[in-house]
Amino acid sequence: MITIETNTEEDFYIIKVSGEIDASSSIYLDNKIGEIIKSEKKILVDCNDLQYISSAGLGVFMSYIHEMEEEDIKMVLFGLGNNVKNVFHILGLDQLINMVETKEDAKSLVDAI
Amino acid sequence: MQYNYSAQCSKKNLAEIRKFISETLNNHFNSEIDIHHMVLAVDEVCANLMIHSHNCNPKESIDLSVDIKKHEVIIEIKDTGHGFNIKNYQEPTINEIIVEKKKGGLGLMLVKRVMDKVEFIKSSKSNICRLKKSF
Repeated sequence: MITIETNTEEDFYIIKVSGEIDASSSIYLDNKIGEIIKSEKKILVDCNDLQYISSAGLGVFMSYIHEMEEEDIKMVLFGLGNNVKNVFHILGLDQLINMVETKEDAKSLVDAI
Repeated sequence: MQYNYSAQCSKKNLAEIRKFISETLNNHFNSEIDIHHMVLAVDEVCANLMIHSHNCNPKESIDLSVDIKKHEVIIEIKDTGHGFNIKNYQEPTINEIIVEKKKGGLGLMLVKRVMDKVEFIKSSKSNICRLKKSF
């Protein structure tokens, strides 16, 4: 279903999400983000191997927007495939959640926002 | 051509449901985005039914049928749960979802945007969600 791997580069915390995020698997992503925002301020989400996302996954990202703003935590998604990007786009959420093509772009954006 | 599939109400089965829809449609259509939208719509409806109408009880099941016609696809998702009245459904705003940290509420919004017609039909014996996409 989904695999979540994490690592750090400089002061960036990277979450690599692989597989499919649906109503069954979204809890794992939710738990991981909930855990890391307690200590990390610069979060990159690597979506290069994310094949599918449903509203359950969108809901996870949406549910942290408010808290991240309040706590000055920056999060940027990168490497989204067309189908995954399209799901964000359908509801206009690509305007609310930062997403770029590459990891380097993501690092630059986190430092700029 | 009509294709049928039955799944127990466990969220773990959503991946298999998506696979069934995807493989069925792949044999008839070339548009990756249209296939993805129909897979997404079915996934959302099934997840809602499993969670809200069946409490994820694997002893209960939902039945899917995919009817492929020349210019439209009709997908029916049938169950015997509590039923859903779309008239009572008020679409949340994106702001409400952010502020109230709701993790649900987005599914039906997606379904309504990606399908051409969404109907919920309730009878004494069963409930049917009928999704249509025209070409």
